[in-house]
Amino acid sequence: MKPTRFLNRATPYLFLAPAGIILLFALLYPIGYLTMASFFDWRMGTPFADAVFYGFKNYAWILNDPNFHESFMVTITFASTVVVLEMVIGVGLALMLERPIRGMSVFRTIFILPMMIAPIVVGLVWRYMYNPQFGIFNKTLKKWGFEPIPWLSSPDWALPSVIIADIWQWTPFIFILSLAALQSLPRSSLEAARIDGASEWQQIIYIKIPLMMPVLVVAALLRMIDAFKVLEVIFIMTNGGPGLSTEIMSLQIYKTAFVSWELGRAAALSNILLVIVLVITLTMFLYTKARDARMARIQAAVEQY
Amino acid sequence: MSEIILENVVKRYGNVAVIDGLNLTMEDNEFTVLVGPSGCGKSTTLRMIAGLETVTSGEIYIGGKPVSHLEPKDRDIAMVFQDYALYPHMNVAKNMSFALRLARQSKTEIDKRVKKVAEMLGIEPLLARKPAQLSGGQRQRVAMGRALVRDSGTFLFDEPLSNLDAKLRAQMRAELALMRQRLEKNMVYVTHDQVEAMTLGDRIVVMHQGIIQQQGTAEELYKKPVNKFVAGFLGSPPMNFFDGILGESEGQLMVSGDGFTLPLPDEVKARIQARSEKAVTVGIRPSAFLLSPASGRQVQLELPIILSEYIGSQSVIVSNLGGQQILIEVGSDTPLTANEVLSFAIDPESIYLFDAEAEVAL
Repeated sequence: MKPTRFLNRATPYLFLAPAGIILLFALLYPIGYLTMASFFDWRMGTPFADAVFYGFKNYAWILNDPNFHESFMVTITFASTVVVLEMVIGVGLALMLERPIRGMSVFRTIFILPMMIAPIVVGLVWRYMYNPQFGIFNKTLKKWGFEPIPWLSSPDWALPSVIIADIWQWTPFIFILSLAALQSLPRSSLEAARIDGASEWQQIIYIKIPLMMPVLVVAALLRMIDAFKVLEVIFIMTNGGPGLSTEIMSLQIYKTAFVSWELGRAAALSNILLVIVLVITLTMFLYTKARDARMARIQAAVEQY
Repeated sequence: MSEIILENVVKRYGNVAVIDGLNLTMEDNEFTVLVGPSGCGKSTTLRMIAGLETVTSGEIYIGGKPVSHLEPKDRDIAMVFQDYALYPHMNVAKNMSFALRLARQSKTEIDKRVKKVAEMLGIEPLLARKPAQLSGGQRQRVAMGRALVRDSGTFLFDEPLSNLDAKLRAQMRAELALMRQRLEKNMVYVTHDQVEAMTLGDRIVVMHQGIIQQQGTAEELYKKPVNKFVAGFLGSPPMNFFDGILGESEGQLMVSGDGFTLPLPDEVKARIQARSEKAVTVGIRPSAFLLSPASGRQVQLELPIILSEYIGSQSVIVSNLGGQQILIEVGSDTPLTANEVLSFAIDPESIYLFDAEAEVAL
């Protein structure tokens, strides 16, 4: 009797096991390898076997490195600015363009094009547009009688310029998700709000945005994760310069690995980035969970009453 | 002084007129029910009164004021939706107080009014819950409460009971009728359910294909339907219809068809004298078949039982007259066996006649 019962209970897990093992291996092996590498002084071009064990020295070195501090701040500034502006513009556009307007479907298609272009190309295109002499921006500014702006060549302008390009490319993503969320809102609740006396603005603030929230949180999270890892566009446009003004962390990782050839230190840097992204993601995740739990507690209290 | 008047109201979607020149006056504090089959334009009419749909042409007056260009919020109305339309992210108290909060009422005033209405509807224990934690009937009450809290001059109901199960629906219907007695308000109620219409409405407006067929009290509509549509729509089981021809025999106006010849009352003869030999539609309600020997001017009909449905207080017999299926309603204590032939008496007074083509009552 007993073995059958065990088999009965184990069968589903046995079926799941191969997929689970492959998944676990595929996910954890690279991260494990990365972590191991981060504890060694491993130079590009030398076999790993020759690498010297370094303990936490790579991490200590990075955390004391002023370049890392600079890069960390650039990354945080870039990611948070980009996410906030993309959310505001994307959601705003979706709210404005929600109504059926003639030719809307064409416009929508045009609008999501930037998202589909390879980042390398986006970088190149924007680099040309920002060109101080031939770029469309400075040409236009000159035509209108304004001073040209040193878009990518000034430390003050480089980060905003890069941010603008990212907003151009990724706002459509927020727009599309927001539009889908808006269109799936319960129609009659919005009508009820109109009858209850809510103006367009009040409908947006009290009904539409709160109901879109679950989608918006996920959208912001996805953008946040992506923004922390952005590389190609900035690599092409500024290569981190001038100075360190646009050197986001993934670019610093790239340079550490393929310019300085310090694979161990690059691995440590990657792990730090991973932890940062993980902390942000978990915070947002736990925040939503805590909100749900608070709701559940209130409900439980009510049930008792 | 807040009667609602619809004046030549037309609603078109493209070239299709959904509502075609509607004229309707609903008196102050009247409970008006718009009833009709789906697609008859009753909901569109209600939504135009609410301001959720624009009016293509014509005008709507609420309390003497033209409102067709006003936003819903400026029309002094409250509405209960079919799917309740609660705000999913707000708890019951917040749902109910939303309009008051938008109107910047004081917190004490809001609390007072929410509490009063919640007490009235028996939803006080639910105030902290979200709509997702409520049963259908509870959501229904909250939707009602949200409308009541506002104390508007006009209440609009868009099929508020049709998402409830039969038992709850009957219960809520009774509560609505009670509420209606306590509130001196205009109420406009849309339903496809004739029972709701007949039990709740002071005035019932039967609509079909965007046109008002007839309006009046339940009794007027039931006893004196102006056309075949109204006759067939009100009453359950529905009226039986047969093709017939008017004729005279020995000075008596008769209507005959496949399997029957029925005499008609003299006053009918006076009314439609010129029309003998005319094709008509004969209407007989299922309850007009009497299980008793014919007396006086009543006529005897022998009808077979094909099928009988026991529904508690009555039984409905499916029978056959001249090759056409008919429904007969009898008391449920009548013993019924399939294929048995029963003898029914029909009173000439209970026969309805309609023009075969125009379908208007004769």
